[in-house]
Amino acid sequence: MTDTFTFINIITIFVLAVFLGFEVITKVPPVLHTPLMSGSNAISGITVIGALLAVGSGKETLTLVLGMAALIFATINVVGGFLVTHRMLSKFRKRD
Amino acid sequence: MDFAVIVNLSYLLAAVLFILGLKGLGHPRTAVRGNMLGALGMLLAIVVTLADRQILSFGLIITGLAAGALVGTILALRIQMTAMPQLVGLFNGFGGVASTLVAGAVLYHVMAGNAGSGLQQNLQFTIATVASGLIGAVTFLGSLVAFGKLQGIVSEKPLRYPGEQIVKLLFLAASITIGVFIVLDPTRVELYWYLSAVAAVLGILLVIAIGGADMPIVIALLNSYSGIAAAATGFVLSNNILIIAGSLVGASGIILTQIMCKAMNRSLANVLFGGVGAVVETSSEDDIYAGKVKQTSAEEVAMVLKSAQRVVFVPGYGMAVARAQTPVRILTELMEKDDITVEFGIHPVAGRMPGHMNVLLAEENIPYDKLKEMDQINPTFRQTDVVIVLGANDVVNPLARESAGSPISGMPILNVDEARTVVVIKRSLSPGFAGIQNPLFAADNALMLFGDGKDMMEQLVSAYKEA
Repeated sequence: MTDTFTFINIITIFVLAVFLGFEVITKVPPVLHTPLMSGSNAISGITVIGALLAVGSGKETLTLVLGMAALIFATINVVGGFLVTHRMLSKFRKRD
Repeated sequence: MDFAVIVNLSYLLAAVLFILGLKGLGHPRTAVRGNMLGALGMLLAIVVTLADRQILSFGLIITGLAAGALVGTILALRIQMTAMPQLVGLFNGFGGVASTLVAGAVLYHVMAGNAGSGLQQNLQFTIATVASGLIGAVTFLGSLVAFGKLQGIVSEKPLRYPGEQIVKLLFLAASITIGVFIVLDPTRVELYWYLSAVAAVLGILLVIAIGGADMPIVIALLNSYSGIAAAATGFVLSNNILIIAGSLVGASGIILTQIMCKAMNRSLANVLFGGVGAVVETSSEDDIYAGKVKQTSAEEVAMVLKSAQRVVFVPGYGMAVARAQTPVRILTELMEKDDITVEFGIHPVAGRMPGHMNVLLAEENIPYDKLKEMDQINPTFRQTDVVIVLGANDVVNPLARESAGSPISGMPILNVDEARTVVVIKRSLSPGFAGIQNPLFAADNALMLFGDGKDMMEQLVSAYKEA
């Protein structure tokens, strides 16, 4: 019973988040297409949380190895993604 | 208060920051702040996760975070702006493979008898694990191939062969079949690696069949996939923040993909499985070009520019390849000193990723309000004295407007042929990615300046100074 309840809860969150995602990003000017992509890409590095949990709770060697690899990849994604987006955005300026 | 409550409330706050961040990234004024809000949300989520008592191996975790942060920082700060499409593609892939690895690690952990602590082996868990493995692996290898194509390691030409779609379908069917076996008997953990391997091959097959000019669509789609993979991993862990952040990115990636498809007047299915790059029978080169193509010199173009009032640059991928953006900026500044209005007409799919030209020109400190979208610039071509087409071809091909049956028919284009004079800087008359001739080159008001983009622009700069 609790299984079903948890599932209903998270599928609700999922569906609402998808709709929200479509609403938040509607008209994006082309000048921002690349930063939006790399910025949102950095957010998809949220898997880093999963990697932390896997490494953090891992007792078996294989879990630890896989978790560590995931942690490194996801952290590159997160740190690199936000930084490169910032670097790009700092180049955009209006006519002075 | 129970610590789990604090963790989950912090995740909620992080989710709100992600939403505000994405919203901010949609407007030029708020983009920098939006990106920072997103980063803040991520930092919050990481810190609060580490504060959880269940975390054991702190040494390992700090090592992993430090290593990833170091590599990420180096990549982000060292990369040339011209290599941005590759880097974004690569980061997409890293996100995807991280999802696959996490799902695999958790599957192994649970099957080793560690259910509990929020992890349960039920249908949701197994199906989500399969989805995460499949989508993550497709994203990883697909992104690596995209990276290879953009970096020039893999041929940009689409790799097409008889029975191509059937081969892809077989690999998809195989990965789904393995997935079903995992769901039926999750104790067979080794199947997960077979699944990932088959999905990885599928990722290669999907992207290797797509040509360079369609890369903006592919990169946007892979961006969406990396989000969906993260959301699937969220279902594996029953973790809200992964689900929310993943689906936000998945949805925004799909919207960007749609924008790109619309700009090419093609459906997503057509991009993924369709036939651009296929051989199309058109009128021969001679019919269109013979005796009508007028070659020009930098000196002549400089003279024409001197007497112009309004000049529009139309850059394409060729500008990026030739790295011609610096002389473009210099010439722009020179012309503006002579009170010539200079603007840029940017086609939505110019280049190899969404917004590629904007990034290159911004790097040169060209203000973004000079960079006009297709709908803004098109009505102005009739009042434009000179258009300089630099390394663009298909996006200015009047055939898209005029005749049915060509591969680009119906694609919205920049109507540069309406300007008084069109200067086309190009190495030769060779066709663009769509593989068709461009009648623009033979138009009465068109002048061809044959040569390397950067070389020609530099010649143009010195000719303009002397004229």
